[in-house]
Amino acid sequence: MNLMHPTPATPDLGSKLAVKAPILDVHDVTVAYHRKPVLWDVDLTLTEPCLLGIIGPNGAGKSTLIKAMLGLVPLVSGSVRIFGQSVASERKRIGYVPQRESVDWDFPVSVLDVVLMGTYGSLGWFRRPGAGEKAWARQCLDMVGLRDLEGRQIGQLSGGQQQRTFLARAIAQQADLYFMDEPFAGVDAATEGAILALLVQLREQGKTVLVVHHDLRTVPVYFDQLALLNVRLIAAGATRSVFTEENLRKTYGGRLAVLDTLGQAVEAQVRTP
Amino acid sequence: MSEWLTYNSLIVLQGVTLLGACSGVIGCFAVLRRRSLVGDALAHSSLPGVCLAFLLVGEKHFWAMLLGAFLAGLIGLGIMAALKRWTRIKEDASIAIILSTFFGAGVVLRSLIQQMPLSGRSGLDSFIFGQTAGMIEEDVHLITALSAGTLAIVALCYKEFKLVAFDPEFAQVQGWPARLLDFALMLLLLGAVVIGLPAVGILLMAAMLIIPAAAARFWTRRLAWMLLISAGIGMASGIVGTYLSATQGVATGPCIILVAAGLFLLSLGFAPKRGVIAQQLARRRDRFRLETPLGAGEEPAP
Repeated sequence: MNLMHPTPATPDLGSKLAVKAPILDVHDVTVAYHRKPVLWDVDLTLTEPCLLGIIGPNGAGKSTLIKAMLGLVPLVSGSVRIFGQSVASERKRIGYVPQRESVDWDFPVSVLDVVLMGTYGSLGWFRRPGAGEKAWARQCLDMVGLRDLEGRQIGQLSGGQQQRTFLARAIAQQADLYFMDEPFAGVDAATEGAILALLVQLREQGKTVLVVHHDLRTVPVYFDQLALLNVRLIAAGATRSVFTEENLRKTYGGRLAVLDTLGQAVEAQVRTP
Repeated sequence: MSEWLTYNSLIVLQGVTLLGACSGVIGCFAVLRRRSLVGDALAHSSLPGVCLAFLLVGEKHFWAMLLGAFLAGLIGLGIMAALKRWTRIKEDASIAIILSTFFGAGVVLRSLIQQMPLSGRSGLDSFIFGQTAGMIEEDVHLITALSAGTLAIVALCYKEFKLVAFDPEFAQVQGWPARLLDFALMLLLLGAVVIGLPAVGILLMAAMLIIPAAAARFWTRRLAWMLLISAGIGMASGIVGTYLSATQGVATGPCIILVAAGLFLLSLGFAPKRGVIAQQLARRRDRFRLETPLGAGEEPAP
């Protein structure tokens, strides 16, 4: 399926490679709420398109890291560059899936209305979405399997359907770099599979997707890159090399209940080819 | 009825119709952004501004009093924002503080004015309970123009306001000046309050914003329809309320609000799907359905 308009191929890759700006460059980022640091000196660089999982215990600053990268919370120090530019100048290339709880689902809008909001960025001031935008939004709804529900008020959806609505809105943005805050939270197994398939599809199109994630058992299966966060960045890199018991211990501390699952998760990774 | 329909009363009707539409539309955004109480605080905090304008200009100058109300409301807004930014006082507490402090100051100023040998003091009282009877044509033209301007801005920025009201963070990620748009909505709310004060009054203006919007929500699940229905309820309340006030010799504000409240009760009871009666019927239907085994499907949203 042709998911998105083709991204222009870079001609003469050899000579450009040396000067190619990283997709994402987070440098020395520190964020504090009421003088208490929630992120401390985080460095993260992505040079190749990937599916990056961000894991860590509650209060580790995972959502804050995403919001800091998007310019939604002020940085105490450090900088974020996207495709070598400031975040503000690259907004058209960024897609966002916020946490489901961040909006009022009783708001009087339909599923199609919400997905159309993904096209507002390219529409610009005062222009209303027309037939072209509606057709594109319906295509996005097709991809998440919600086409039949386009007229529903969003409060009448199940949790998984609400999550997929947000995902369709992000796809409608036609971005190159996606930030997703717990897209798998509170969805059933079938929906989780559908969402994952979509993320893989995005990566195959050369896009990069950052995902805040909770379920450690699925980490090695879902993500090729991984960042372990607990206020500081504990480790980041290929999932194969950083998803180790030692790193997990450093990230989650001595919580035994968690560590039990960790052992299983690492074992599972060893078993997967 | 025919003797009531003079040229002047037709002008007044035109004014309250547009102001009803204006507060109905702006009220929707206030209710959806959970700012109903902010509207109440803005209305109450306008009283000292109205009184000071009266003192400065000396006699009743309609536009000066509206300007005074606007500036006082703006100062109230600024203090609420500062309390939120610099202290740990919660929003509901800061709203209560601003509302009562400003209104108290306004009542004191009003008492002082009443001890002075000034003319036109009754114009001041019409701001408190709302009175269209004393309005002259220029006053109404000002209200009409400001209401029409507010409606035009909402029509122009409908897409932007909808996005910011629903998901301000997403709007910001997309590059919209979300804070600025939100502030614009706040200014329009203040504007709608000020426009409505002379006819509806300080005490009841918040109701004029909240009741039509809350009633409209019963009839529809789409924002555009909610705005239109709320505007319609605001208009109908304005027209019928003004008529009742003029013919029965009662203050205008309470008449308008009582008509709006009646329309709210109708909506609450009889609106399809979301009304109380429709919901009860649906519940009764569901009770029968529950006796048959549930089909496979996703669990409903919490």
